[in-house]
Amino acid sequence: MPDPNSATPYRLSALREKGVLIRLAVIGIAVLIVVGCFAFVGGWLSPHRLTQARMIDRFEEVNGVWPGFRRNHAKSVCIAGYFDSNGDGVRLSKAAVFRAGRVPVIGRFSLAGGQPYVADGPAAVRAMGLSFRPPSGEEWRTAMIDIPVFIVKDPEGFYEQLLASKPEPATGKPDPAKMKDFLARHPETSRALQIVQAKPFSSGFANTSYNGLDAFRFVNAAGAAAPVRWSMVAVERFEPETPAQSVAQDKNYLFDAVIAGIERAPIEWHVVVTIGQPGDSTDDATIPCPSNRQQVDVGTLTINHIEGEAPGNCRDINFDPLVLPSGIEPSDDPLLSARSAAYSTSFTRRAGEKKEPSAVQISDDGKGA
Amino acid sequence: MAQHLQFPTFSRILHWTMAVMVLAMLSIGIGMVASLSDYHWLVSIHKPLGVLILILVAIRLVNRLVNPAPPLPEGIPAWQRFAAYASHVVLYALMFALPLVGWGMLSAARYPIVHYGSLQLPPILPHDAALYAVLRTAHTVLAFLLFATFIAHFSAAPMHALIYRDGVFQSMASWRTRSGKFAVATQD
Repeated sequence: MPDPNSATPYRLSALREKGVLIRLAVIGIAVLIVVGCFAFVGGWLSPHRLTQARMIDRFEEVNGVWPGFRRNHAKSVCIAGYFDSNGDGVRLSKAAVFRAGRVPVIGRFSLAGGQPYVADGPAAVRAMGLSFRPPSGEEWRTAMIDIPVFIVKDPEGFYEQLLASKPEPATGKPDPAKMKDFLARHPETSRALQIVQAKPFSSGFANTSYNGLDAFRFVNAAGAAAPVRWSMVAVERFEPETPAQSVAQDKNYLFDAVIAGIERAPIEWHVVVTIGQPGDSTDDATIPCPSNRQQVDVGTLTINHIEGEAPGNCRDINFDPLVLPSGIEPSDDPLLSARSAAYSTSFTRRAGEKKEPSAVQISDDGKGA
Repeated sequence: MAQHLQFPTFSRILHWTMAVMVLAMLSIGIGMVASLSDYHWLVSIHKPLGVLILILVAIRLVNRLVNPAPPLPEGIPAWQRFAAYASHVVLYALMFALPLVGWGMLSAARYPIVHYGSLQLPPILPHDAALYAVLRTAHTVLAFLLFATFIAHFSAAPMHALIYRDGVFQSMASWRTRSGKFAVATQD
């Protein structure tokens, strides 16, 4: 007869058996290793790793927290219209959106920056986000701005640049010493700023062109791939902003002008794809395309409707630049994944917050109010 | 009474395949929400892997009902029996809930639920940002719960293998098909 105490291995007294404590310790160490690996992957062991949360925290640090609004490009208005594809894009990309025909589009105009009630200004970067919605359901989203190149080449540079360009409370302007220090370490930003500053800002949202900036890859039905960048090229003639515009009393003069413009007549852009050649840089959005690259006009974007941000419209859409149809793929530009990641965190934070009315409202008579 | 002391081969294949997938899924999930440059390729794995897990767990539940688990050895205390039963119910429930909540939250955010090329799933919920926010939080909470349950499961398995030596670990871990009684340490 065995000793009743050792009749089962499930009793605490089994711990007294030889070697059991060592085996228990081995199990404990194995569990700790697994938990430790997870903690490492999740970033809890690396407080200095640049994560999505820290990137968006930095926006909040610079702009303040505006519950319910995007952490960047916070001031906006919703737009809708259609894309008339001329079919010339089919040889470049198999995406359904490029087949000849009309595709519904929704989108938004916005100003760069994380303050939703900021006054429109002469040096505010204008932006356009679009979602092309072909009936097949293969959506193409893009978020573009009206400067010719981006001013940083990677998420780390962006994170630093945000802080370096934060306005000082005393002067309302960025600390020149911090900016100088940043530029000294980021010559690509100095070069990009020269390109950006060489071009005046437009007098409005309607007469400026919006650039996708990051490179992508178009893949056609035969499987041939080409590096591309795209732009919405304004049909309306470019006019530079005049000083009289921004001294006006209207804090929303850019938005109100485009609202009035769409009421009069739809606004059009050519959708232009610039095709890169082997060897062209695709991983650095601060470098412009060489000027002699082939450009293909794949159709016309028409915006004929505009409305204030409201539940269910562009307000509740994340214009994630990596929502792409089959036939458009990301390039090796590190900003693309970082943008997708940061937009996602911004979207998640604001989705759960109480909404305040947006700065740009449209009254029933169609005028900006 | 003769007992089949092993899980059937099909059950063991499902268990180990899904063990790898669920562990990969949890790692990718916590990794991707913290990353910037690696976010996109991780998400591109996370979504189709979630669908695959949802399909497999449905097959697995049917299999579990058709081929029940071998009985636990006699002598296991009641609280351990309850813990084993409850943790398995929780594991199955979470393996269903996490992919479904993920699918639902992408639907509520009106993200296209693209898996590969032009292959995509339809939305299962209406576009509603507030609903998305609730489901997104639920996805995180449930994932941590699944991780905690996994750790309990992962700790209990070597307890059976190294401390109790009661054959429970071998009933899932052994590749060879055997029959006979559980080899409880006190058996002669």
